[in-house]
Amino acid sequence: MSRLKELFQHKKNILSIYYTAGYPGLNDTVKLAETLEQSGADLLEIGFPYSDPVADGPTIQASSKQSLDQGMDLKLLFEQLKALRSKVTIPVLLMGYVNPVLQFGVENFCKACVEVGVDGCIVPDLPMVEYEEFYQTTFKENGLSNIFLVTPQTSPERIRKIDALSNGFIYLLSSSATTGQHLQVSEDTQTYFSRIADMKLNNPIMIGFGINSKETFDKACQYANGAIIGSAFVKALDPANLTGSVQTFMQNFKP
Amino acid sequence: MSYFVNEKGYYGDFGGAYIPEMLYPNVEELRQNYLKIIAEEDFQKEFHQLLKDYVGRPSPLYLAKRLSKKYNANIFLKREDLNHTGAHKINNTIGQILMAERLGKKRIIAETGAGQHGVATATVCALRGLECVIYMGEIDIQRQAPNVARMKMLGARVVPATSGSKTLKDATNEAMRDWINNPVDTHYIIGSVVGPHPYPDMVAIFQSIISEETKKQLIEQTGSDQPDYVLACVGGGSNAIGMFYHFIDDEKVKLVAVEAAGKGVDSGFSAATTTLGKEGVLHGSRSILMQTGDGQVVEPHSVSAGLDYPGIGPQHAHLFKTGRGEYVSITDDESLQAGLLLTQMEGIIPAIESAHALAYLEKMTFTGNENVVVCLSGRGDKDMDTYMKYFNL
Repeated sequence: MSRLKELFQHKKNILSIYYTAGYPGLNDTVKLAETLEQSGADLLEIGFPYSDPVADGPTIQASSKQSLDQGMDLKLLFEQLKALRSKVTIPVLLMGYVNPVLQFGVENFCKACVEVGVDGCIVPDLPMVEYEEFYQTTFKENGLSNIFLVTPQTSPERIRKIDALSNGFIYLLSSSATTGQHLQVSEDTQTYFSRIADMKLNNPIMIGFGINSKETFDKACQYANGAIIGSAFVKALDPANLTGSVQTFMQNFKP
Repeated sequence: MSYFVNEKGYYGDFGGAYIPEMLYPNVEELRQNYLKIIAEEDFQKEFHQLLKDYVGRPSPLYLAKRLSKKYNANIFLKREDLNHTGAHKINNTIGQILMAERLGKKRIIAETGAGQHGVATATVCALRGLECVIYMGEIDIQRQAPNVARMKMLGARVVPATSGSKTLKDATNEAMRDWINNPVDTHYIIGSVVGPHPYPDMVAIFQSIISEETKKQLIEQTGSDQPDYVLACVGGGSNAIGMFYHFIDDEKVKLVAVEAAGKGVDSGFSAATTTLGKEGVLHGSRSILMQTGDGQVVEPHSVSAGLDYPGIGPQHAHLFKTGRGEYVSITDDESLQAGLLLTQMEGIIPAIESAHALAYLEKMTFTGNENVVVCLSGRGDKDMDTYMKYFNL
């Protein structure tokens, strides 16, 4: 059974952490994964940086820029990730924009993911129709999951279609926003979360965007299998005390 | 072969809508409605009325006699510089503001490079009483100060884009982020034939008035609506598509698109996309863009803020790849010299963008009978600072 499937079958209140590869130090990528697993993370999303990240707010933009300036690219990332599976057992996804994947070659990218033990991908600017037409076959052949986003404005018909095309989980955005804002759990948001929960989708649901505290994490978990923390974690990283800063941050989310 | 968009939003290998889910409802709403709305009688009536009475169209097609003598051909200038606000950009913003109103939008956002599109957007927002936010690269804000002041005077809020190269590409990123964060009431007026489908097609339709008029004017002046060449500068490529549009299917008319070579194609400071770029995805469509081997977008350079963009519209990528259009480039120096030449031979100070198209005339050879149309996409008032510094005026 795949690592992702097993996780969702056996665990509730799943804590997923996003961070940018090659940040704060170029060679921190695997070290961070290891520390995060030891500190209680259930799932990891490692961002491969892109020069023009339109769905991201200032925190992840800045981490991406620093990572690129330090020399990160996909080739180096896959090189670093060769050490991943000797140190980390939880599922790991790669998250990033479509152009670096296109230049690396979709087939090469999928094969490289499998080789280093990556379980799936999140590519926010790769829409469903393009995925179906040009990418799905290669992803499937390599047994990679592809995760799609759903926002409060996504229509029910489209959510059903996304559900049918997904094979991992559905990434539910708390609001239509770029990353790194504070989740306002308004009545509207709760109605939206309930509406999705009531659809009884085939795929598990993870809520992301604006999760930055134990309070917002717990709230999101009421409606989903778990939640994703990105900007708040990236912001908390201290290059002078990397392990310590990860442990302190993760302490906040202990059940 | 079709040179226009197909039902899936593609021009050959290029186009599509590579956008995050957050933008899907907005883009889809536009996709489902734009052709229907444009075809409506009342839209057409209002659009053409405004182009006539407010923009001042038709813009003249002027036979530049002294220039013609110098180059040994009949050089016609399509005078988009005489439009209200000083460039072709207003053709598109008039169309899109009417579109936004019909979609029930209350707030307008836009990106701008040279500031011409920002001014054209702020203008139509003032005209219709809509809130307006313009994203502009921090560097462009410095080099285009008069246009920033105009936008502010027109009531727009000008927000500096401080990421990346701090120019047009980054202003576009910021506008897209704004749209993601304001998914219901906001319309994004993209200023060029770039972005996710249906933007490249919609903007092309609004700009196609340039070639529509040119054909009629050529018949009046030459007896034929078939010039030998049409030339236009290309950043994203909106004036060029407008200039080419009604000639694209007439293969006897040669289409010449002039990109900005900056300090030279191989200098590392260039915006010559078709020479330096590779296929990829930027700002929502598959096209040709300047990038590293890892797919990171390369920061372009041009003396002209309006051409300082690392990509081209997907229709241009298709015209380039199929060979229907000839894509060439002109350096900063060549364009400034061409700007001075036009000023002193015809009494017209062109925008540095448009001067790139004019500069290419130097590299062409004519036999004396050819009819050549150059799109004079904008006027040079906004560039006086650059001209003054370069020529020690």
